[in-house]
Amino acid sequence: MNYTISELESIAKSIRGKIVEMSHKSRAAHLGSSLSCVDILVAAYWAALSVDPKKPSDPVRDRFILSKGHAASAIFATLAFKGFFPKDLLDSYATAGSCLEEHPGPRCVPGLEAATGSLGHGLSIGIGMALSGRIQRRSYRVFALLSDGECNEGSVWEAAMFAAAHSLENVVAIVDFNKWQATGRSCEVMALQPLKDKWEAFGWSAYETDGHDMNELVRILTNIPDGSGKPVAVVAHTIKGKGVSFMEDDNNWHYRIPTQEEVVMAKKELGLI
Amino acid sequence: MRNALAAEIVALAQEDSRTVLLSGDIGNRLFDGFKKRFPDRFFNCGVAEANMTSMAAGMAMCGLRPITYTITPFNTTRCLEQIRVDVCYHNLPVIIVGGGAGLSYAGLGGTHHACEDIALLRVLPNMNIVCPGDAVEVRLALRAALRNDSPVYLRLGKKNEPVVHKEDPPFEIGKGITVVKGTDVCLLSTGNLLPIAVDAASLLEEQGVSTQVVSFHTVKPLDTGLLTEAFETFQMVATVEEHSLLGGLGGSVAEWLSDQPRGKSRLCRFGTPDSFVHRSGDQENARKMVGLTPENICGEIIRVFNE
Repeated sequence: MNYTISELESIAKSIRGKIVEMSHKSRAAHLGSSLSCVDILVAAYWAALSVDPKKPSDPVRDRFILSKGHAASAIFATLAFKGFFPKDLLDSYATAGSCLEEHPGPRCVPGLEAATGSLGHGLSIGIGMALSGRIQRRSYRVFALLSDGECNEGSVWEAAMFAAAHSLENVVAIVDFNKWQATGRSCEVMALQPLKDKWEAFGWSAYETDGHDMNELVRILTNIPDGSGKPVAVVAHTIKGKGVSFMEDDNNWHYRIPTQEEVVMAKKELGLI
Repeated sequence: MRNALAAEIVALAQEDSRTVLLSGDIGNRLFDGFKKRFPDRFFNCGVAEANMTSMAAGMAMCGLRPITYTITPFNTTRCLEQIRVDVCYHNLPVIIVGGGAGLSYAGLGGTHHACEDIALLRVLPNMNIVCPGDAVEVRLALRAALRNDSPVYLRLGKKNEPVVHKEDPPFEIGKGITVVKGTDVCLLSTGNLLPIAVDAASLLEEQGVSTQVVSFHTVKPLDTGLLTEAFETFQMVATVEEHSLLGGLGGSVAEWLSDQPRGKSRLCRFGTPDSFVHRSGDQENARKMVGLTPENICGEIIRVFNE
């Protein structure tokens, strides 16, 4: 089923509202990091990925790995809205005894491909999946979503060199480039820029885009492989806390928890109430 | 041991199309046979062990049975977090093979020694630790590891070690193999020191101490049935390993023993000290330096036995 861009934007707004609620309810952090990647998740799950919520273990499905595991609330809300499990379960997020932890655990819900939370693992896991596809003659694609801070990890660049050496054109690395890591500007903590050039220098076909422009995201992510014969990197420029004016580009929201009033304000801004 | 590994991987890959071999830019020519027959299932992953380990996890998630191989410290401590999170947390059937256990590569210096690997991997949930005693056990252990649905760390020596087993013994992960029968002392040997343990037992026999030797190839899960019987039967039980006295087989047995009712035997542990080896020389020389020789093991057991 094809969705219009405005329908996708509307789904993204609903997911953002849910994520803000989840953070308030569970008093769980990383809200800003979750909000920055929602448009990427929606473009991937509603437009690009070949996945069927009724067949989450289908061997030929496309794989999506949230390598930036601290955006757990975003992937959980996305999977629930997509129909992998009942939305009610989201209310248990990060509460005692819930299967929904603050970083996603192994096989915690249908559709969750890999446990993450320690940065710099997801892309390598995804490359292993892509190699398996080649051995087993299955043509699925593998998408990994990384944070900009995650690109500090050397293992990301080990993975980048390996994927290029093997021309893994079914692998996509999307960097949620929200310009912040936990305690500082991601371009100041390490020399991250020029990030697109780095991926190109490592042998990838690299794109740079506004990570909140649904049209552009859909255009790029629905064109994999892109014909270059190379793995694809998407440097998605985003805003931490996107969608809620008083959270945008304010790194306090890496750890801050919204009050009840702030939840109401956020949902009003998102047009949900 | 590594030639036995290379030969057995070819046989197993023939039998099971899920078998995949990942090498960390090591084993020049060692895997030529595998590469020739299964070119699409061999990957030289370069000097990038973290990526290699996570890729193996991704492959196992898709139903394959990956085996990663490089020199022990680089396939264990270098990528410990990838083993912990991607392999063990997900409880995946990845086989991690470390070549060059203990002081196998003594001459290459401390960077290439591996006397802490059992201790570090043993504490990871879901992990099995298997240390074959000779080339025969390497083949059997690899076969058993591939049948296992959980992570296995396979700790190999180098090449051309003495072969202890004249024929294939029954082999099961978690079950020790009695190699020499005796009645007074029981030597539990894990990994590449098995020939040394057998020689030590001969020396002890000459001194009138009847000595049993067990290839205690699996450090985790511990063969507690065998341990219970050994501590009830023998006057002394000794662990023998080319690994630190901290946290290896000796450490595991001591932990287990402290939870048991007081038995009749005492435990004596042989292993490497809590220090790095700083002097050049081959494995035999290094073993002499740290006291892992048949003569030293025999002498120490006689001394404790006569206390």
